[in-house]
Amino acid sequence: MLMETPDETLALAAASGDRAAFGQLLARHYDRVFGLCWRLSGSRSEAEDLTQDICAALPTKLASFRAEARFSTWLYRVTVNAAHDRRRRAATHSRAAAGWGDWEMNRQAGIVETAEANDWLSTAMTRLPPELRDTLALTLGEDLTQAEAARILGLSEGTVAWRMAEVKKRLRRLAAEEARI
Amino acid sequence: MTDDLNKLRAALHKAPAPDPGSKEAAMRLAMQNFDRAHQGTAADPRPIPVRPQKPGFLTGVRHMLSTLTTRPILAATTSAAALCLGLIVVLPMGDFSPDAPFAVDEGGRSEAPLLAKPEAAPMIVAEEAAADTSATMGATAPAALAQDQMATKRLMQPESAFLAPLATVAPTPFPMDQIAPQVENTEAFANEAANPIKMTAEDPVSTFSVDVDTASYAIIRSSLMRGQLPPAEAVRTEEMVNYFPYTYPAPEPGEAPFKPTVTVMPTPWNAGTQLVRIGLQGRLPAIAERPPLNLVFLIDTSGSMQSADKLPLLKQSLRLLLPQLRPEDEVAIVAYAGSAGEVLPPTRAENAATILDALDLLEAGGSTAGAEGMELAYRVAERMTAKGEVSRVLLATDGDFNVGISDPEGLEKYVEKKRAQGTYLSVLGFGRGNLDDATMQALAQSGNGMAAYIDTLQEARKVLVDQLSGALFPIANDVKIQVEWNPTQVAEYRLIGFETRALAREDFNNDKVDAGEIGAGHAVTALYEVTAPGSAALANDPLRYGKAAAPSESAELGYLRLRYKAPGESTSALIEVPIASGDIPADEDARFAAAIAGFGQLLTGAKYLGDWGWEEATALALSGRGADAFGYRAEAVNLMRLAQSLSTQ
Repeated sequence: MLMETPDETLALAAASGDRAAFGQLLARHYDRVFGLCWRLSGSRSEAEDLTQDICAALPTKLASFRAEARFSTWLYRVTVNAAHDRRRRAATHSRAAAGWGDWEMNRQAGIVETAEANDWLSTAMTRLPPELRDTLALTLGEDLTQAEAARILGLSEGTVAWRMAEVKKRLRRLAAEEARI
Repeated sequence: MTDDLNKLRAALHKAPAPDPGSKEAAMRLAMQNFDRAHQGTAADPRPIPVRPQKPGFLTGVRHMLSTLTTRPILAATTSAAALCLGLIVVLPMGDFSPDAPFAVDEGGRSEAPLLAKPEAAPMIVAEEAAADTSATMGATAPAALAQDQMATKRLMQPESAFLAPLATVAPTPFPMDQIAPQVENTEAFANEAANPIKMTAEDPVSTFSVDVDTASYAIIRSSLMRGQLPPAEAVRTEEMVNYFPYTYPAPEPGEAPFKPTVTVMPTPWNAGTQLVRIGLQGRLPAIAERPPLNLVFLIDTSGSMQSADKLPLLKQSLRLLLPQLRPEDEVAIVAYAGSAGEVLPPTRAENAATILDALDLLEAGGSTAGAEGMELAYRVAERMTAKGEVSRVLLATDGDFNVGISDPEGLEKYVEKKRAQGTYLSVLGFGRGNLDDATMQALAQSGNGMAAYIDTLQEARKVLVDQLSGALFPIANDVKIQVEWNPTQVAEYRLIGFETRALAREDFNNDKVDAGEIGAGHAVTALYEVTAPGSAALANDPLRYGKAAAPSESAELGYLRLRYKAPGESTSALIEVPIASGDIPADEDARFAAAIAGFGQLLTGAKYLGDWGWEEATALALSGRGADAFGYRAEAVNLMRLAQSLSTQ
């Protein structure tokens, strides 16, 4: 039986210009990147855009892949950073575009959000600040250990552990709120 | 609780399958870019629109969708908003509520507002507090301790002297920020390649401008505290060395505004060379001499300033500053975001409540219109200036202030022009991620000000309270240092750091060439590593056809010349001091400065350090720790240990 070529080998080959290796790598990881994007953004269309951005940037990015980390870890990091960037840009831009109209836009967005947020997941996720959501997407969503998530996020393991504790605390609060309603 | 987590896990696992069409399109795009990248043409990085597109219906909807992720902060239910707010207020500020007793205490000391303050300090405690906050242990106790220590110090040591240079930093305490991308943030740093070893026979004269900034040290600390080694270009060794106060003798009344002290000691990392330390100590003018001060806070309230270690920290920092002012000083606030506006007209500092109210009303939102804001701030400052008063614009930003300006150099020129007209500029940097250190440095240098980087309240305190007088009241402008080495005593020399401050030899006597400022009580330290002729440590072989150095009777290592302008003057004065040879055992200050210089070099590749490594640097720093009343040095030792662990990973 043929052994599958390891990701790292493919990535290094692709970085030095091997087109076939790049194609194979992409095919192998697209779904996983998309999955993480969805978990990070909570929206399908957003996830598709984000995945496309990452794919488009990947050829250039690959040059910085050093095989020090596993390729999947590295790709996770690229994805998380891209999502973070995009989020920051989106925040800046919506404000830039709106001027005093910010308020109305936020209100409209709030309405849309409530409509979407009718399942428990979206409620829970949208109530969490982005950094907690990112952590969750990696630990629960991707089934990574806290150590792995920490490495991807560029944080200490302690911070990730703290965030998970924080998530639990907030979920508990959320549950209490729901119980009241 | 685990139920909820399991529920979340299950829900998160139900990711929708990617749409085959989008998948294909994305992969096709990737292949195209791949081909382009490997054809030698520059590949486009991920598309980053510079400005928002023209709003149309669809884009609007897109915006809404794409901003959903950050929406909770802005628009979710009140309870969600309250949650986030709670987080923002509690975590980074720790117990530093503006109403905390020590702030009040400051206010009560108005008879000795600025100049009498000895340096005080953020300390490791700041670090610990921050680290704890993010790691979840209680943060309040150490910070409180720090305050106590500071208070005590102030009571006990009123006579004091040196203020260390100004800028600084600390780690970013807030987890939200820790997510700052490593691969692709937009930070920009100012630096040059490390100074090489020079041969005295070829190039006996070394010229540079003083630098009292300390932002680099703060940025390094912030990186290390986040568990990352700082990017090499963020390391400016001289700013690290200058972060710490040293006890140099102060000038006597009637002398020049600062006094040079030169000592020579063995180099810790190379037995064959010596370390020449040049220390300048600025005078601490009598308090009564201080002219009234006009301060215009130019505050970046763009959307990116929203996170807790930016605008909220900035407000807290300015609150600390206010009690330092005298009743007759004036403060104005200009905010820039979207459209620039005067938030607070010039108000005398005695009306603290009005100023505080205006500060509280600041909110982040909108894009950055830096140039407009800058012009407005200068207009306000000029309106405030009366004869004999000092006016300064204090720009506080996370680095995004250049958005929309096509010509950053033009901005620098503008700042320079305004400096010539008498209004100075200082820059306070906040937050990480898009910190534009390079522009900050450039603007502050053009504006005769300091560039400080603030990411904890402790740091704000060091910069805005304890060292405020140095920051705001220059005692000598355009201070240049020139050393001529004696070729019979020194065959090779290397200036450690100051790469971004190098001057051409002829610029020394040219009063038109701008250089660094020394503020009231500032100290500046410069280190040279020098090698004697015949030493085994010489890096270059002597030239076979080179001229032998003219025999000189002098046993001096070299000759130190300093030029400076008294504030308001346009011709410079000269100070000259011979550098006597000697091998005096290094005192604590010298050992510590050398350890920090080693620290900086270790972070940038340690080309000249041989086998000397982190262990030795840490041991040397410990041996030079001295009294270290405020824990700056202890903090540095901890950072070295941290860097050591990180660099061996």
